[in-house]
Amino acid sequence: MDRISLAAGTALCLLLTGLAVGKAFGDPVDDTLEIDGVPMITRAAAPEGHPFDEVLSGWLFREAETRATEADSFENPGMLAVERGAEIWETVDGTMGKSCASCHDDAAVSMKGVGAAYPKWDADAKRPINVELQIDKCRVENMGAEAYKFDDDDQKSLTTFIKHQSLGTPMSVDLSQGDLQAWWDKGKDLYYTRTGQLDFACASCHEASMGKYIRADHLSQGQVNGFPTYRFNTAGMVSLHNRFRGCIRDTRAEMPKAFSDELMALEVYVTWRGTGLSVETPAVRQ
Amino acid sequence: MASAPKPRVKVPKTASAGEVIVIKTLISHEMESGQRKDKDGNPIPRKIINKFSCAFNGKPVFSCDLDPAVSANPYFEFSARVPESGTFTFIWVDDDGSVYTDEQSIKVE
Repeated sequence: MDRISLAAGTALCLLLTGLAVGKAFGDPVDDTLEIDGVPMITRAAAPEGHPFDEVLSGWLFREAETRATEADSFENPGMLAVERGAEIWETVDGTMGKSCASCHDDAAVSMKGVGAAYPKWDADAKRPINVELQIDKCRVENMGAEAYKFDDDDQKSLTTFIKHQSLGTPMSVDLSQGDLQAWWDKGKDLYYTRTGQLDFACASCHEASMGKYIRADHLSQGQVNGFPTYRFNTAGMVSLHNRFRGCIRDTRAEMPKAFSDELMALEVYVTWRGTGLSVETPAVRQ
Repeated sequence: MASAPKPRVKVPKTASAGEVIVIKTLISHEMESGQRKDKDGNPIPRKIINKFSCAFNGKPVFSCDLDPAVSANPYFEFSARVPESGTFTFIWVDDDGSVYTDEQSIKVE
């Protein structure tokens, strides 16, 4: 009898070991994210027409230490950009003697949930507008200040600060605005178009190989809910269009300019692919 | 993070006598190693935080030297036993001689 139970125990052990090995190393973790007591939605049911059943935040694909750094807003170095952004919000700039706060008052109230609904349709420019471009529009038209140069530290900090006011709010793009649907279509085409010497489309990594390793890096679904993101490898904030360009560079293709038609279309489409995920700005990635 | 270094510390507001508490500190700083070159090939001078120390009511709690390999925005987490109410003082020393300080008081109940 003893012998049988011992054998059964061994079999169970082997089965457990088998399961542990059977699980791919690149799979997303089963963990929940809470930042300052606010629960984040890191898994959401995919919108209709989405290739996945469930959309997953990139947070689930990161190492335990990286996940912990994001979960503690004190440890999160991206919060330094949020603090810097708060200073810019209050700083007067341009010929009209105004700051962001002159019109929008307290960002915690006026900007709450705003970042989660971008990109939006800009009826004046007849193209999509994201948070960075909206800031520039405000600066030029309402403050008499100059538009930021792409990836200026202040642009990244202010964008981070504004998007941080939507921490926890699920991303949701309203495609019924203007011609946004047409830009979504264009973005989708780009997402599935192979480019570069390596002949990769966005989908080659973030759809077909999601959850696998690419060299030492862990492929996520390529969600944008945490941007601008703090990256350890640059010890600084990384904007979404910088990330797009970085990915495209890595396929050894020609990089479209930041905020170009191509990348704006891609932003519309990729943001939609993360519908329902909480804004995590500033997320922490390796 | 080109703006002036800004220290941040996190210390519990209250503790019971003799309790071991966790202290977290973070300072924004570029930690320029001195080993990089600019676009024209000239070395970028070293500028790092080279010393950090923490004291409680004047008594040393924790201190360390930092070297150029430490990455930007150095973060420290350590624990301390608090026997009585008092004040933690934190000091960061920069290569250029600047000293950044912060303090937090804690009440023992």
